[in-house]
Amino acid sequence: MFESLSVPGLGSVVAGTALLGFLCGTLGTFAVLRKQSLMGDAISHACLPGLILAFLLFNSKESWALMLGAAISGTIAAMAILGISRFSRVKEDSALAITLSVFFGFGLMLLTWVQRRPDAAQAGLARFLFGQAATLLDRDVWLLAAIAIPCLITVFIFWKHFQLVCFDRSFAQSLGFPVFFIDVLLSLLLVMVIVAGLETVGVVLMSALLVAPAVAARQWTNKLEIMAILAGIFGAFSGIAGAVLSNIGKTSIPTGPVIVLFITLIVFLSILFAPARGIVWLQFKHWRDSKVLQLDSVLSNLLNLAREHSGKQNGHSMAMLKGISSNPSGVPRSVHKLLEMGLVSEVDKGLYIPTSKGAEYLNEKTSHMGAPLK
Amino acid sequence: MTGLNDKKLELALEINDLTVSYKDKPVLWDIDLEIPQGALVGIVGPNGAGKTTLIKSILGLLKPVAGSAKILGLEIDQGIKKIAYVPQRGSVDWDFPATVFDVVQMGTYGKLGWLRRPGSKEKKLTKDALEKVGMLELAHRQISQLSGGQQQRVFLARALVQHAEIYLMDEPFQGVDSTTEQSIVELLRELRNQGATALVVHHDLQTVKDYFDWVVLLNVRKIAAGPVSEVFTETNLKLAFGSRVSLGE
Repeated sequence: MFESLSVPGLGSVVAGTALLGFLCGTLGTFAVLRKQSLMGDAISHACLPGLILAFLLFNSKESWALMLGAAISGTIAAMAILGISRFSRVKEDSALAITLSVFFGFGLMLLTWVQRRPDAAQAGLARFLFGQAATLLDRDVWLLAAIAIPCLITVFIFWKHFQLVCFDRSFAQSLGFPVFFIDVLLSLLLVMVIVAGLETVGVVLMSALLVAPAVAARQWTNKLEIMAILAGIFGAFSGIAGAVLSNIGKTSIPTGPVIVLFITLIVFLSILFAPARGIVWLQFKHWRDSKVLQLDSVLSNLLNLAREHSGKQNGHSMAMLKGISSNPSGVPRSVHKLLEMGLVSEVDKGLYIPTSKGAEYLNEKTSHMGAPLK
Repeated sequence: MTGLNDKKLELALEINDLTVSYKDKPVLWDIDLEIPQGALVGIVGPNGAGKTTLIKSILGLLKPVAGSAKILGLEIDQGIKKIAYVPQRGSVDWDFPATVFDVVQMGTYGKLGWLRRPGSKEKKLTKDALEKVGMLELAHRQISQLSGGQQQRVFLARALVQHAEIYLMDEPFQGVDSTTEQSIVELLRELRNQGATALVVHHDLQTVKDYFDWVVLLNVRKIAAGPVSEVFTETNLKLAFGSRVSLGE
């Protein structure tokens, strides 16, 4: 493992994938909040035909040429999706599916045809399907930075526009915001990011790096700023992990799948364990709440019994409380807890009576409720 | 002939020959409407009558087939700055990562321009608006944890922040309890007393007389518009809703 870390160029590979991951996470946040998670998927698949046509046209595998081709077909696809759902009766999900399959199908056809050609120039084009970060050169990383930094600056400048358009489009429009321009801008940024990531992650799995970090980040925070930054960090982390692991021992595992594996793990943990939104956390809270509610109901029963039998100071037994409880088996534990809290006292052996503190506690808990039926 | 110009300036809204359609089906047909400044206006009509469409057309959110709207004598793209809009509560995803404060502060974005971020002045405006709707204590609560009535108050505060001259509200009473409804009505009256105009899409025919000075009865066509005492009659209601509706008096 340490050997592989000293492979020349790994530093730039790590820097490149980290930058890419951060950018994807941040921009993916807006895509996810706009319920456009699949937009990224459609655009990235749609980049393939442009990429291969650019190769044929320029007869070159230079990154900039291929990226240009990819960017053009990605943009055409994005505009096609926006156009179809805006001007026809076809719904957006269908527009996405049509665009994705037509463009990707055409791209695969071109790729197969190019690969059958006798010359060796086309070798390596297939790496754009699943990504190969190991092939990143220093200048590719500079190119990545040249795309990423303007994109991040744009997000910073248009922050309030993006926030408002994602939350409430018509209100944004009522403030005089150029909503359609912002839509187009967001889609163009998405295209840029996807194009930047093609070589590293590949067209097939690119959307995972856009969507998954944002989904995970949403679990941990209720603030848009923090969500965007956290998604960026999750993305960067998976990017680095993918780049390093797919380089180990020169096995040339494609980078895309490794990145996806990592980010999926982060999503999985976030969905399970994040406070306030995680499944495990919610289950635990449900369990704890039900304990408190049982406690309150036992106390309330005791108070009602004491009121009905006023004058008598001899308290009521556990059996009696079990008899009127909906969950008899939990009664002894609740009574113990109530004793500990000093809300109930034991007047005689096995006979319990609420204390004045107990009455106060319950009053406070029920003060917001309507009056009980008499 | 200065009188004509003066009269135009007095109008909060002036709508001429407005026709809006969804595909080939007209939703609003040839609407002429003049709303004076300082009126509390209820927009009343059955489902599908075009009430929301009317509001969206005034805001320029929908492109009409024909006709035009003027806001305080200005074209829509200029006049829109004088308007605060309260959309239907159900039109947004309340699981969006934002607090009550964040959402209300969005109302200040219109005057901030492209680059500026909300500063202390905007924060003060936001707090004042939250105070007015009784939500200051919940300022830092995540919006997904609000009840329906609280969501409505948040939307209202977001509009109040704009200190607009005209308020367009789409069903602000929908699904709120009577306490919230009363406090919204109080706020509307306060706005009117300060000289603002409010157009409110409303469903409860029983309260129209209590809440509004003016009423617009709509059912694709404009059935009637004017002071409540003049146009909110059994005859007009039957024209708008069909024969089964009555005021129950």
